[in-house]
Amino acid sequence: MDLDPVILARMQFAFTIVFHIVFPAFTIGLSAWIATLIGLTLWTKNPHYENLAAFWTKIFAVSFAMGVVSGIVLTYQFGTNWSVFSRMVGNVIGPLIGYEVLTAFFLEASFLGILLFGRGRVPPGLHFFAAVLVAVGTAISAFWILSANSWMQAPAGFEMRDGVAYPTDWLAIIFNPTFPLRLAHMLIAAYVTTGFVVLAIGARYWLQGKHVREAETMVKMALGILVVLTPLQILVGDFHGLKALEYQPAKVAGLEGHWDGAEPAPLVLFALPDASAEANRFELAIPHLGSLILTHDWNGLYDGLKSFAPEDRPPVLPIFLSFRIMVGIGFLMAGIALWGVLAWARGRLFETGWFMSFLTYVWPLGFLAVIAGWVTTEMGRQPWVVTGLLRTEDAISPVTASEMLTSLILFVLVYAVVFASGLYFINRLLLKGPMRPIREHGLANRPITGASETGRIAIASGE
Amino acid sequence: MGMEFWLPAIWAAVIGVAVSLYVILDGFDLGIGILFPFTKDESERDQMMNSVAPFWDGNETWLILGGGGLFVAFPAAYAVIMPALYLPVLLMLLALVFRGVAFEFRWIAKPDHRFWDAAFAGGSALAAFSQGLILGGLLDGITVTDGRFSGGPLDWLSPFSILCGCAMVAGYALLGATWLNMRVAGHLEAKARGWAKGLLVAVLVFMVAVSLWTPLLYERIAERWFTLPNLFYLAPVPILTLLCALMVWTGLEKDQPASPFVGTVGMFLLGFAGLAISNFPYLVPPSLTVWDTAGAPESQVFMLIGVVALLPLILAYTAFMYWTFRGRVRAGEGYH
Repeated sequence: MDLDPVILARMQFAFTIVFHIVFPAFTIGLSAWIATLIGLTLWTKNPHYENLAAFWTKIFAVSFAMGVVSGIVLTYQFGTNWSVFSRMVGNVIGPLIGYEVLTAFFLEASFLGILLFGRGRVPPGLHFFAAVLVAVGTAISAFWILSANSWMQAPAGFEMRDGVAYPTDWLAIIFNPTFPLRLAHMLIAAYVTTGFVVLAIGARYWLQGKHVREAETMVKMALGILVVLTPLQILVGDFHGLKALEYQPAKVAGLEGHWDGAEPAPLVLFALPDASAEANRFELAIPHLGSLILTHDWNGLYDGLKSFAPEDRPPVLPIFLSFRIMVGIGFLMAGIALWGVLAWARGRLFETGWFMSFLTYVWPLGFLAVIAGWVTTEMGRQPWVVTGLLRTEDAISPVTASEMLTSLILFVLVYAVVFASGLYFINRLLLKGPMRPIREHGLANRPITGASETGRIAIASGE
Repeated sequence: MGMEFWLPAIWAAVIGVAVSLYVILDGFDLGIGILFPFTKDESERDQMMNSVAPFWDGNETWLILGGGGLFVAFPAAYAVIMPALYLPVLLMLLALVFRGVAFEFRWIAKPDHRFWDAAFAGGSALAAFSQGLILGGLLDGITVTDGRFSGGPLDWLSPFSILCGCAMVAGYALLGATWLNMRVAGHLEAKARGWAKGLLVAVLVFMVAVSLWTPLLYERIAERWFTLPNLFYLAPVPILTLLCALMVWTGLEKDQPASPFVGTVGMFLLGFAGLAISNFPYLVPPSLTVWDTAGAPESQVFMLIGVVALLPLILAYTAFMYWTFRGRVRAGEGYH
């Protein structure tokens, strides 16, 4: 069997980036939450904020380590697997990544040390400042990487000379047309993802009757931010879709399952698009609603997939489905947040019942939506790696299929071990829950505190 | 000479600085991992890991700056080197994944942390060895046609690159041992001095081997070093290297804290300078120079502004970090 290096390289990229994105999506939000908690500790002197900060910092440390190591892999993959891409657009994409390293990576990595190990070594104000810098660093990192990705979706501010892209206007490159909304969409997604994890863990502890004060704080703070961010995300997502229609009409046609641009588009709730028949099977659709959403006109027209040559169309079935998964989860999350806040307002949130039990299961929602969203946007860009400039199949390195296969297998094996262990360890920390910190000692997973913590557990279990 | 000359030259210097800083900074924390098997004592291993725990992440970021800088300033070199050294780069990345997560996992896994001890030690050693393979493979030369890599997947594999791999493992271990001598207290400090002495001998042997091998293999390198008047100008490099080695040895003999580490850093910098002298102006020996592979001047300038503005800041807060976590780490004590 002849293996296609392009397919293998794409599988490798998809595999490594799906694993990676889970961690930034979580740590961007988590670092902001930790900084908030440390700030509240300083402000209110309330020890349960401090417990929560110490507890979530441990979880952050593990998640961040996994994010760092899986991210380094991606930086180098541009060169190892996609060298034609690197050579052709390196002049434009390179500095964006370079600025990410200079403005974000060093900041995060350095102040992380102070956040994790610095309590007791630096004044409390500086410890808080370090936590804020880590949170800001993660968001700056998102800024640059989303700028680079958006440039690939809708390139701007450059000219082509001898098959190589040269920058002409850096502001146009950085703030390319789809970037601002995409950045907002991703940052909100990250905060929402973390919010649902905190919500679920809080609900879990509350139902178990463990760390009840901390649990109530977690549930309330999470619901408070989610009820604002989840509807906002739907709004931002909608604007983002309109931008995509302007710059990537084939993508939007694909994710709407819209084939014939001569007809007003229905809103397809469900179907199985069939690329060979150029039609949807098992379609369930609301007439005209698609046109109304995307053109704000009942009879509005926009290009369907048939308006594009078959070789210029994205793979319609996967993006059609992933888009629906993302949107569906988005509405579900908004519903949960709203329901929770209404229950809170009526004083009925902290009751044992189906809703609190249901909340213990909501932690994966944000992750699933983030992954589905990235699948939508990345596969939706196909067949291009840089829209209109470079096709994915032409971007690949001159390496053999067997090298690609070897590396893919190694990545799968190593990631399986490392990330399965990581999730197992995070779960172990979650089972333990927030401990009352003993003032002199910082993180409980450092040697000396390990001993005193064992003592605490012994005391706690004797209670 | 205009921008077309100076920009790539400045960028070569920037990347040189980033790579040197990477080698020294991540070198000592990779060295700690390589030295893990030298002791079976759990509390000593805790002490070793704690001596680098606040720093490793920042240290490793210089590797991203080195790789990222190459991508920005010399995209054509990046696009040749990465596919050519595909497998060693892959090995290095996977090894870094294992040893990086071990910093966190090992503590949570306790008391069942043996696997993560092995991951930390094995990952560190393999990362160092692959970096040596990358260096050796690059020095050995890369087959290029029309500015693209056109060799085979195992071109980098040679007795010379394996020698470089072993040299890198020994060198990082020496950095790690002299770091421990400076930064831990108790039994481990004396033990580390013992390790450092043996490793110093090994490193000197490797340095001599590489210094003799490269001019014998490559005429251009022999010509650079052994013709007049270059011989006189360049003679300080080996002489200073020997003086640094002497500084390491006497520092270890006299139980001095800092001089062995400083001497080792000096040896690394001089070794790096030697390699640069041998190969300049080639970025992809033996065919592509710094100027052949330079990216667009617009991109190099844009990025250089960031480097000039931000690198001093980064160095300042990195120094602040090291100052915050100064002092020796004792047995049974972490950073609290």
